[in-house]
Amino acid sequence: MEAFLTKIGAGILRGLTNAGHGTMLLRAIFLQTPHIWKMRREVLVQMHVVLVGSMPLVIVTSVFVGAVTAVQAVYQMQALVPMKFLGVMISKTVFIELGPVLMALVVGSRLCAFYAAELGTMKVTEQLDAMSIMAIDPVRYLAMPRFWAAVTMIPVVTIFADAVAILGGYTISVMTLDISAGVFIEGLQLFYKHSDILGGLIKAVVFGAIIALSGIFNGFNTQGGAEGVGHATMTAVVASCLSVLVADYFLAIILFQIIFQK
Amino acid sequence: MNLEYNIPPPPEQKVADPAKFRGIVMEGVSKSFGPKQVLKETDLLIHKGETLVVFGRSGEGKSVLLKHIVRLLEPDAGKIWVEGEEISEMEVSDLMEMRKQFGFLFQGAALFDSMNICKNVGLMLEEHSGWPMEKISARACEALALVGLMDSDDKLPSELSGGMKKRAGLARAIVMEPEYILYDEPTTGLDPITGDAINDLIIKLQKELGVTSIVVTHDMASAFKVADRMAMLSRGKIVFTGTVDEVRSTDHPMVRQFIEGNSQGPLGAF
Repeated sequence: MEAFLTKIGAGILRGLTNAGHGTMLLRAIFLQTPHIWKMRREVLVQMHVVLVGSMPLVIVTSVFVGAVTAVQAVYQMQALVPMKFLGVMISKTVFIELGPVLMALVVGSRLCAFYAAELGTMKVTEQLDAMSIMAIDPVRYLAMPRFWAAVTMIPVVTIFADAVAILGGYTISVMTLDISAGVFIEGLQLFYKHSDILGGLIKAVVFGAIIALSGIFNGFNTQGGAEGVGHATMTAVVASCLSVLVADYFLAIILFQIIFQK
Repeated sequence: MNLEYNIPPPPEQKVADPAKFRGIVMEGVSKSFGPKQVLKETDLLIHKGETLVVFGRSGEGKSVLLKHIVRLLEPDAGKIWVEGEEISEMEVSDLMEMRKQFGFLFQGAALFDSMNICKNVGLMLEEHSGWPMEKISARACEALALVGLMDSDDKLPSELSGGMKKRAGLARAIVMEPEYILYDEPTTGLDPITGDAINDLIIKLQKELGVTSIVVTHDMASAFKVADRMAMLSRGKIVFTGTVDEVRSTDHPMVRQFIEGNSQGPLGAF
């Protein structure tokens, strides 16, 4: 029993320590942000990694998210709710929840793993030490461009994913579920509010920060060799996914009070 | 004195006023990793302009000692002065300035995977010199030519052999014309001919650029060739210092066991 409690206590302590160090890393990234113009080339490279590199994954995921939402919605609405509300249901679900959260889980995991593995390998092969000895701050040169690339591009990916998911839902509804195009589009416009998209984008910005921070933090703190890199990558992805889901809950509470209900 | 092996006490490695010493002073530096104490109140003096070789068995803390000099590692106790400046009290901005005086050749070269060799070598200039790109490229090519890698500037590190990586790492270390170059096992893992070429480069750099070099190695052929002075690190302490001739002729049992590669002696086998 004592050993069990010790293990739990050590886990909590480790979690709090990591949270503290993560916050310090975030502070360091903000302090280095004034140098972003000098690092613009690296920021653009990282934006390319997030945006262009994720496209095939985003398209496939979003098409099927839209399609399955349409199928589920039709199944639950049949004989109870008029089909003109199908578009409303799909758009609200995608804009507010599925778009930002699924992109944060799918694209975020890809990105988080990439950051953690890349920076972790640099750590265990002494490339980060080499950078420090060259009087180049790894936070400025590596962390800051990756952080802002994720924070700015995850919302762009989310917008694109929203559009593709709606298109996927539309295609499936019209082609296989016997819904007319006019009814679907009327539904889309019925209760449309800009704030739905805005709320989703706010979520995406926060998720982008969580994803980048988790990948960078675990990469920078990698220890050991190949196994260490594998462990750091796994930890980064798990921490990112869990943090996104927890943050989603709290963001939903806040955003429903200040944005969605307006 | 250790009666069984008649081991003399460690040499005196202190100066009256470290703040006035031209070079590097390590005083009472201790470092532990978990329960293992790697450095135990280690004292070491490195004089300006000399090539000091720190030798000893693998795992004795030679690389740890080297990393303390540029504050890649912080000591648990003790102080280090570089050119009279106590580095553990330095602000980060001052530390960054101090590091510009150093070149560091890592054991595995630590070249940046995503950059070609020219970019690897020129990166420090790009960050700190304020020079135009043409001038940076020219200087990077000059450094690469010095290590015989003129034709490999557009290659990625993954396309180079171990010896070429070491030479590229050396070009990167000297590109800013530092006052100090730290070498971590410069010849380990290289064939004897490439290893000797690296030794020649170390000597050439010291003669041509007048740098102070600290070489950490357990390759005694390399150590004897490049050293002005040698220091043996064992069990966390400097146990012997002397010139190459003094090391060759000493009857210090630890040094003798090490240079003769004998498994019997005060150092033990494992």
